[in-house]
Amino acid sequence: MPDAVGLELLAQELREADADAVLGTSYFRDKATVEVAPSSIVQTLEWLRAKGYNALMSVHGVDYYPEEPRLGVHYELLDMSSVDRLTVKLRVPLDNPHVGSVTPNWPTANHQEREVYDMFGVIFDGHPDPRRILMPEDYEGYPQRRDFPVGGEPVLFTIDESEGTAYTQ
Amino acid sequence: MSTDVTRGASDYRQMEESITMAPLERVDGGELEQELLTLNMGPHHPATHGVLRLLVTLEGEVVRDLKPIIGYVHTGIEKTAEDKNYWKAIPVVERMDYLAYYFNAYAFCGATETLLELEVPPRAQYLRIIHLELNRIMSHLVWLGTSALDIGAMSMFWYCFRDREVILDLFEQSSGQRMHTRYIQVGGVAEDIPRGFEAKLREFTAQMPSRVDQYKALLFNNEIALQRLRGVCPLAEEELLKLGVTGPLLRAAGNPWDLRKATPYCSYDHFDFKIPVGTEGDNWDRFAVRVAEIYESVKIIEQAIDGLPEGPWISDDRKVALPPRHELATSMEALIHHFKLVTEGFRVPPGEVYFPIESPRGELGCFVRSDGSSKPARVHMRDPSFVNLQATAPMTEGSYIADLIATLAMLDPVLGGIDR
Repeated sequence: MPDAVGLELLAQELREADADAVLGTSYFRDKATVEVAPSSIVQTLEWLRAKGYNALMSVHGVDYYPEEPRLGVHYELLDMSSVDRLTVKLRVPLDNPHVGSVTPNWPTANHQEREVYDMFGVIFDGHPDPRRILMPEDYEGYPQRRDFPVGGEPVLFTIDESEGTAYTQ
Repeated sequence: MSTDVTRGASDYRQMEESITMAPLERVDGGELEQELLTLNMGPHHPATHGVLRLLVTLEGEVVRDLKPIIGYVHTGIEKTAEDKNYWKAIPVVERMDYLAYYFNAYAFCGATETLLELEVPPRAQYLRIIHLELNRIMSHLVWLGTSALDIGAMSMFWYCFRDREVILDLFEQSSGQRMHTRYIQVGGVAEDIPRGFEAKLREFTAQMPSRVDQYKALLFNNEIALQRLRGVCPLAEEELLKLGVTGPLLRAAGNPWDLRKATPYCSYDHFDFKIPVGTEGDNWDRFAVRVAEIYESVKIIEQAIDGLPEGPWISDDRKVALPPRHELATSMEALIHHFKLVTEGFRVPPGEVYFPIESPRGELGCFVRSDGSSKPARVHMRDPSFVNLQATAPMTEGSYIADLIATLAMLDPVLGGIDR
């Protein structure tokens, strides 16, 4: 792991490369995190790849309700040769949930970005196959958001389709 | 009752047209030898190891394109976990990857312990390792049995399930449950191992290597198994890394990445074991690496039971772990702690943690976000099957459809983990 000092040095270099990219850093439980602007995620990950973080292990979404901006996307980077992990985070507001897709550069993000879209409604611009992945394609709403209620879910049974009531409670 | 189901179904059919399939011409402009055929495999298909659906474009018998369609067993466990106390969320996250329940529970408990900065007693760590490695063997046995079945070796299935049964009996002895045991707790494990467990475990570890020898004798020199697996559907290490593939699939391609060695957690650094790696990255290597891992897991279990430290099996932090039963009768304080833990649960300091471990299928990472309350604000499992599934298409393009089945078996996807 880059330690707290290493993280600041890395963030400083990142700021020199792209002045608007870094919004903040944090060091929590021996784990370094860089928060970046949503517009510069693609370049930032490419820059970090050149620094040795050549594997993207996880992309996942978070809903920070009731904080604003609400939606977050986290990228877990890994440097296998020096056994080093780094988290890159970004936040987008609900009314403009657009993030550049990193799938063209990191094919592993394909399913995971689709899941974040499916569950939180974050739109990944430039994703080659931007569809829902776990929920049915005609599903409305983004179930993993914090203000999405648990339960009361209409269940689709094929037997009900023939009777004209596609959904039953 | 009307039997016309096409009316409702047609909308669904239309929506699936958004799936872009392979072009009807060859990319290099050459002539197609056969007309392209789109074949739907699954979601109910014996060889898909669960409710996995594949839309396959075939040219004759050759796979030209493949789209996995998932979500059929999506149960919203991540959402459910947000509605439960930390200790009540353990049983639900265990049910994600139903062949690696100890791993799911450990990833979640490990993330919570990191947030709490909680020290786990050494005996608990060793007990965890014994059960994690038993679970790894159990998962590999199910994989070996079902994938040998896929390539035509029927009897392997019965042999593997016979040995799996012994492991499930051990789980039952230590926790009362055969599957989804909820043995791993935040702060340690639920109970110490009972009398008789050690003897039975030693019996198992003495027997297991010779059993694997027998399986190897059955399969490793088997003409059919060799022809079906050797040199089939390889994928280079760089491609696998780009696709985020970890675990035995990556090790089969020659990359010895194993989190137990790379970033030892739960005192894995106390043990002497090797990481089996392959050379070609074909189906045979994927097969051989997993079989070799069973021997290594047995070695770890033997060392762990030999060196099992004395002491408590769960943290003595009363704010997190339940007080022992006998204290409830004598200590008012213990009663209050018990009441608070069972009703409200423990509170976890705010923060975000990603806790990766090596599951039988690769990197299983649990992301937990706490907002300071007694319920997690977000639980996410980076399930290795979900990510590894993306490698199916690059592995199988240009190979025969029969090899697609073998490759899928060697991929070892568990749909409960994929869909969560």
